[in-house]
Amino acid sequence: MKVRVHVSLKNGVLDPQGRAIHHALEGLGFAGINDVRAGRLIELDVADDTSDEALDDMCRKLLANQVIENYRIEKVAA
Amino acid sequence: MGGPGNGFAAAVITFPGSNCDRDMAVAIEQICGGTVHRVWHGDASLPEGLDLIALPGGFSYGDYLRSGAMAARSPIMQDVIAAAGRGVPVLGVCNGFQVLTEAGLLPGALVRNAGIRFVCREVALTVGTTQSQFTSGYLRGQRISIPVAHHDGNYFADAATLDQLEAEDRIAFRYAEPVNGSQRDIAGVLNGARNVLGMMPHPERMIEAAQGGTDGARLFESILHGLNVAA
Repeated sequence: MKVRVHVSLKNGVLDPQGRAIHHALEGLGFAGINDVRAGRLIELDVADDTSDEALDDMCRKLLANQVIENYRIEKVAA
Repeated sequence: MGGPGNGFAAAVITFPGSNCDRDMAVAIEQICGGTVHRVWHGDASLPEGLDLIALPGGFSYGDYLRSGAMAARSPIMQDVIAAAGRGVPVLGVCNGFQVLTEAGLLPGALVRNAGIRFVCREVALTVGTTQSQFTSGYLRGQRISIPVAHHDGNYFADAATLDQLEAEDRIAFRYAEPVNGSQRDIAGVLNGARNVLGMMPHPERMIEAAQGGTDGARLFESILHGLNVAA
């Protein structure tokens, strides 16, 4: 089973990387960009019988730091 | 002061990618004396009877995933967490601070510097509290100078946590100048029991005149004197 874990910075956490990307896009002449936030995508290939609880546990124990990050688990259809 | 036979015992943990572990061990040996055990991250347990556990600076696991995230889950950390719970002093510097937050021993997180750039220079700090075995040798509000060298030193915690840190007098050091965008200029924090300190500046790089100053030495002297080890 393929699983995608989307990790993003919480609102209120400064994202200097996103800000730099924002400035770079504007430097390339793209207009109308209101904000840019950079996150992380982690793709897992796990056993088909892996429980939702186990996936959630992986996110809470390692993949995301809940002090600064939110996560969303997406199961990808084969 | 310390000497080889004074009974002081410390452990310096080395993770893959640590690069300040030797400096930390030398600082402890020079100032606290006694025995400094070098412990590998994969070891199952710490030596008995430690007076100090130090987590050094560096780039453990290449800062993969998040700075300190992988190191915080390494085998030895279970024993470090247990020792911290028993009241053993634990000092985390730079990457060691990041590891301590990732391990849940300290609140908050260290994120990318607000200015994006890696900052490597001597910075002015003020001592936030003297109520800890790491800072008892300083004066409250004392201005000191210690180098930083980090990319992810921007301290973040939610407002309630920051208020609690201030109310409980747990901010050990604050930046006295703009450095990395840290909330409330926090450079170092204590845990609730005050036996765990994490700080981004490197006190082990400021222990003798040849390094440009001795403001960092006072931290190690505080630990030694706090433990009342016979010189």
